[in-house]
Amino acid sequence: MNELIDALMVLAVLLNLRLLGSSRLASCIRTVAIEGIALGLLPLLLAWNQGLSGRLVFLAVASIVTRGVVFPWVLLRAQRNANVQREVQPFINYPLSILTGVLTLVLSLWLCSRLPLPQAPQMLLIPVAMSTILVGLLVIVSRRLAISQVLGYIVMENGIYVLGLTLVQDIPALVELGVLLDAFVAVFVMSIVTHQISREFDHIDADQMDSLKG
Amino acid sequence: MYFTVAAISIFLLGGLSSLIFGRRHGLCAFFGIGGAVAGAATAAVPAIIVLAGGSVDPISWPWSMPMGSFRLAMDGMSALFMLPVAILSGLAAIYGGAYLRHYRDKMQLGNSWFFFNLLAASMVTLVVARNGLLFLVAWEVMSLASFFLVMMENERADVRQAGWTYLVATHIGTAFLLVMFFLLGRAGNSMDFDAFAAGPMGNVIFLLAIIGFGTKAGFIPLHTWLPEAHPAAPSHVSAVMSGVMIKMGIYGLLRTLTFLPMPAEWWGWVLIGIGVTSGVLGVLLALAQHDLKRLLAYHSVENIGIIALGIGLGIVGLARGNAPLAVLGFAGGLLHVVNHAVFKALLFLGAGAVAHAAGTREIDRLGGLLKKMPQTAATFLIGSAAISALPPLNGFVSEFLIYLGSFQSAASSPADAAIPALIAIAGLALIGGLAAACFAKAFGVVFLGEPRSDCAAQAHEAPAAMRAAMIILAGCCVILGLLSPLAVPLMGPAVASASGLPLNVANQHLADAVSPLLWITFGAATFLALLAGLALLRKRLLAGRPVGQAGTWNCGYAAPTARMQYTASSFAQPLTDIFRIFLRTHKTGRDPQGLFPRNADLQTHTPDVFHDGLFRPAFLGVGWLMARLRWLQHGRLQLYVLYIVLTLLVLLVWKLG
Repeated sequence: MNELIDALMVLAVLLNLRLLGSSRLASCIRTVAIEGIALGLLPLLLAWNQGLSGRLVFLAVASIVTRGVVFPWVLLRAQRNANVQREVQPFINYPLSILTGVLTLVLSLWLCSRLPLPQAPQMLLIPVAMSTILVGLLVIVSRRLAISQVLGYIVMENGIYVLGLTLVQDIPALVELGVLLDAFVAVFVMSIVTHQISREFDHIDADQMDSLKG
Repeated sequence: MYFTVAAISIFLLGGLSSLIFGRRHGLCAFFGIGGAVAGAATAAVPAIIVLAGGSVDPISWPWSMPMGSFRLAMDGMSALFMLPVAILSGLAAIYGGAYLRHYRDKMQLGNSWFFFNLLAASMVTLVVARNGLLFLVAWEVMSLASFFLVMMENERADVRQAGWTYLVATHIGTAFLLVMFFLLGRAGNSMDFDAFAAGPMGNVIFLLAIIGFGTKAGFIPLHTWLPEAHPAAPSHVSAVMSGVMIKMGIYGLLRTLTFLPMPAEWWGWVLIGIGVTSGVLGVLLALAQHDLKRLLAYHSVENIGIIALGIGLGIVGLARGNAPLAVLGFAGGLLHVVNHAVFKALLFLGAGAVAHAAGTREIDRLGGLLKKMPQTAATFLIGSAAISALPPLNGFVSEFLIYLGSFQSAASSPADAAIPALIAIAGLALIGGLAAACFAKAFGVVFLGEPRSDCAAQAHEAPAAMRAAMIILAGCCVILGLLSPLAVPLMGPAVASASGLPLNVANQHLADAVSPLLWITFGAATFLALLAGLALLRKRLLAGRPVGQAGTWNCGYAAPTARMQYTASSFAQPLTDIFRIFLRTHKTGRDPQGLFPRNADLQTHTPDVFHDGLFRPAFLGVGWLMARLRWLQHGRLQLYVLYIVLTLLVLLVWKLG
């Protein structure tokens, strides 16, 4: 199974880079959806050798449905409502974003080599999880549109999910469902807010909201 | 201690019920007043038991806060502070019921009653708490509850300004206390008072306590919130705040002294210096005020100074092994806590009754109220005489103990060692004289003469509930004064627990003070008998003769007007001129010129030197510095996130690299 897990991790890295390099919102949303599905499979693969339990399958399905179906649907709707197609002028341009994304991977690999971990799990899991968190933050920091920021939040959440899964093998189902529910509500609320912002201000440019400061 | 826990619960229940029934005036007031009165009565029981020489079992319950435990105990000092808290909370609630009546259509009084009961509950908890965390929590609840009470009329800009000043001041004080408690708890690794140990940090802890508790108590120059917050609050709240809440600062300071080893002599010197400065400057600033409640607020600063003076002498006595000075100093300071609570609450309630009746607190717009509100005037006169330390009232007794200790110490020690005692004597004499002048002004201008404005002319006597509270407090002033030979020996347990001296030593030196007090009571009784005899004689002589009525102070003018009277400014002018280097009174106006002067006028305004000269520049400076950081606070969401990410990354790399 280890090869498959590594393959998934490589896929996640590639998807992160694609997210950083693409300006079309619809394509970004789909990228994040695919990443959500891929990472949703992870708990199944991690537990393959010990045998699957019904609880694990349920969690994986719930995670895949939320990240792979519900989030993209909500976000695509919000994007249609706000009527924006692409992120025109990010604070950090696309090539530089991709370069920074690669740098985060290097930084994560270096950090994980120094991180005192209880046991040595899969080589790539923790570095990729950390780099996913950092890429999520990078998207939040570098993009102007509110929808892009929601995407950044989801990607960051994906990274946290992988990190949690790796470090704590056995998360209680209740906690896991709670986290999923939190993420779901957050995305839901954010998409509604985005919609309201576009209705009130005719744009969803988070950069221009500094005129609201006190 | 179950009585105390019950009292706290009754306060909280009453407050909460009042909040719930906020829309129904009758129920709201019933629960608010009823909770406060019942809670106060319950809280007074263990205090009376301890003061009478008994003891109550401490309780210690676990508490889910880290380092916290719900430990309560009561010693003599706790009991001495608990009694005024209970009495004033109950009486102020009775008074407040009538005082707040005309606000009830304008605002939700449930909030006011809730915070009032919360304030009472927090003070009761504070004086019996035996755990640092519990103490700090009660301290913060007390500060916040009183802040919301000050802000009751928050639609007025001056009230909001006063509230913010108070909030900032009290939190600066709390910051020092946090550091102090953690220093104390660090040595024993526990926040329980029993485990506190100062270690080598005794001096630092003492200074932190002076600043932290002194801010609440109102030591000059930390007093600037008092003259703002007291006038802004409703009068029954001012009475509680000035009467007992600021004393919690004194309680905290005394409690901290019990954690520390043998005090150094310079601690006493610091307190004597603070005491004389606060006392003299407080009364001088009071003399220059035109707002009745602001004047009273400055007198609180003065009386806190007298208390600090007593405690300072006590510490000097302890450090020098001079037991009589230590006992009389602490006893004078502690008794003045009780006395000041009684007469200052009485005066604030009286000022509230005047403001309630005339609709203004401007002294220069009042006058002639003695005829309109005789009972309020009589109680205010008793309070004024008590605060001016005139025998046979209670204010005199506590100052007399401090005088007695000072004179004994000055007479029995070599010249250099007598200096603190001599400073205390001179300071107290100056304070007493100026206070008498100030209250001659306050009582004379407000209650005597002719009304200076229509609102004073249309004043009416206060409602029965308000008068009842004032009459009870005035009675306490007289009783505590006349029965001082009985009251002073009861101070033994409180003095022993505050000073750390054995109980029999404290009792013995207090007993020595009883015989002069007996003489004073005897003299006072003779004086009162003489006064009553003269009054009877006057009545007898006047019986059956016509008695003419004429305008007050009309000095033979055919058509006097109220504007011919002394005003508050003109009455105080000779004294404020003498002390103008401290007061820096601004005078504007035109002097009268020629033989038949027209158009002369005078306005005086006395700013608070420390407020305008020390804190305003300091806070403006801080504000300027903070404005330099505005570029960080630009409102760009993305950059805020970037700050957080960079901070986390740098910390991670620094930790791992």
